[in-house]
Amino acid sequence: MYRTATRMGESAMHITSLENPYGDDKVYDACGVFGIMDTTGECFSGQDVVTGLVNMTERGNGLGAGYAIYGCYPDYADCYAFHVMYTNPDNRPQVEARLESSFVMVRAEEVPHNPTPELHAAPLIWRYFLRVDPNHPRVVLLGELEYVVATVMDINIAGIGAYIYSSGKNVGVFKGVGFPLQIAEYFGVTDYKGYIWTAHNRFPTNTPGWWGGAHPFSLLDWTVVHNGEISSYGTNRRFLEMQGYHCTMTTDTEVMAYAADYLMRRHNLPVKVAVKVMAAPLWDDIERMPPEEKALCRTLRQVYGSLLFTGPFTIILAREGEMIGLTDRLRLRPIVAATSGSRLYISSEEAPIRLVNPELDQLWSPIGGVPVVGRVGVPAQVSAPRTASWQREPVAAD
Amino acid sequence: MMDVGTATCHIDAMDMHYRELNTRLREAVNEQGMAQIEITNVYGQRYLGTDLHRPVEIHIRGTPGNDLAAFMDGPRIVVHGNAQDGCGNTMNDGEVIIHGRAGDVTGHSMRGGKVWVRDDVGYRVGIHMKAYQDKRPIIIIGGTAQHFLGEYMAGGVLMVLGLTLHPGEQHQASFIGTGMHGGAMYIRGEVDDYQLGKGVGRVPLDEEDEILIAELVAGYVSHFGGDGTEILAQPFMKLVPLSLRPYGRLYAY
Repeated sequence: MYRTATRMGESAMHITSLENPYGDDKVYDACGVFGIMDTTGECFSGQDVVTGLVNMTERGNGLGAGYAIYGCYPDYADCYAFHVMYTNPDNRPQVEARLESSFVMVRAEEVPHNPTPELHAAPLIWRYFLRVDPNHPRVVLLGELEYVVATVMDINIAGIGAYIYSSGKNVGVFKGVGFPLQIAEYFGVTDYKGYIWTAHNRFPTNTPGWWGGAHPFSLLDWTVVHNGEISSYGTNRRFLEMQGYHCTMTTDTEVMAYAADYLMRRHNLPVKVAVKVMAAPLWDDIERMPPEEKALCRTLRQVYGSLLFTGPFTIILAREGEMIGLTDRLRLRPIVAATSGSRLYISSEEAPIRLVNPELDQLWSPIGGVPVVGRVGVPAQVSAPRTASWQREPVAAD
Repeated sequence: MMDVGTATCHIDAMDMHYRELNTRLREAVNEQGMAQIEITNVYGQRYLGTDLHRPVEIHIRGTPGNDLAAFMDGPRIVVHGNAQDGCGNTMNDGEVIIHGRAGDVTGHSMRGGKVWVRDDVGYRVGIHMKAYQDKRPIIIIGGTAQHFLGEYMAGGVLMVLGLTLHPGEQHQASFIGTGMHGGAMYIRGEVDDYQLGKGVGRVPLDEEDEILIAELVAGYVSHFGGDGTEILAQPFMKLVPLSLRPYGRLYAY
């Protein structure tokens, strides 16, 4: 960890010296996650998300920040919105030729951004709104969604410096190397509107702080932001590669997006079952369960053991119409959730939630492995646990 | 705005970085000799109360950030709201009184002083708190705790009153006192054996325990209200480590 931190510190000297004026080798940080959802499906500005994430600037070190916005492309809602990062811009024509041969290209443009001198090494980023031709032979063979996944993977593993890091319908990932406010301003994220916003402030410990390694990670309409580290990355990755998912972003979190897609889309597991794979109950707890639940949890651990995530994590997963907060079963990373009217909040800390909304209905710290699920059409209050002693009425912050 | 020259002052912390806020606190306490400070609009500023070396009472309105009162050595902090994670980290002396809940690892490695929490607390509260000679840290929790309460606890006192539990409901924390090898926990409300860490046992209260419990309950009631007699009417369970070296044989061949 130290070796990596030092190497990255060299490439971002100005950040390190700001963070650490004492010149010792300690940086007191962790990643920060923040998410807001409106359970009516109404789209809203990202101002609160940016304010909340910026409040936790301390948790990151300038080596990554990003935002996922659901509902941001209403004019192209029926198109797959590919965000493609070119570390080698010369290969853009090659990638575009591939996309044009694979899809109906409805629109292609560079992702709008504002000149931000303090961000360095910003890659060229384009976005493509694409329709699938249902009569394309491979689409007929694979099915539409598998076809999209396969195309994303093909391009990402081609080794041509092109990375598709956002590929869902009416969802966009905006991320890069910088502090939360810098990345928000670079992409002008507050110009978009969405009904789910998830956001991430990065403090990389094990993997490089590069633009593709910033969170959120995404595939189809799945996005994930993550605080922690996945000790089981190798196992998870090997399993997912056998299922056609390829890891190209050199960050552990990537496997979570693919695992979510595998479990909840391909295998159609409900959220409450999938989380028992990713944050499986401990064997001791399983032993005390009623027979049916015990059998289910044992079976899940046996069938999907390779998708158990070990190590500390707090994640906010999202897909169309749904936002899910989850921690590892021992809750080795912090999580706070809150509701206010139709809004659901999930955060690494409580303060940013209160900063953007002083009038909360409920506030609680979910137990490790117990998901917080917000769904469009389901009142936000339902997300709170039924056992009232785990949740407190919020204290008026006066 | 500071009223320099009087014993009290007020700091509006809106949009203020924690480094500046802590600098202002150090000036107010260590240089200007303030006796009472009120900080408003606190949103996540960290390490409040650290590095202050005179008795002072600090009222915080808002949500103080992680590691509130870290390494604190004497001041009294009153939080009118909730505390986040790591409150009282390695605190040496003084008091933190939280009119709300507190997050994970409250009292982490605490060495002395008291942390009073009106409601519930998060995971791993009191982890590795310790006592030495006259230093005896105490954490009093009015509600209930999440898992790993008193993990690796090496000394001091952890007290849980269970006041937020419904009638008939028991504490849900598991791994209570895992790796505990010193100090004592007093828990009011039911806990099953499987919820206890392996090296922890229940022992009957002695007279000294009863006196300490009564004192701490009286203190809790004086800070947050409630009926001390009613609280004391329900039995307390005392948990202590069964071994001073729970893992003594784990790494030995």
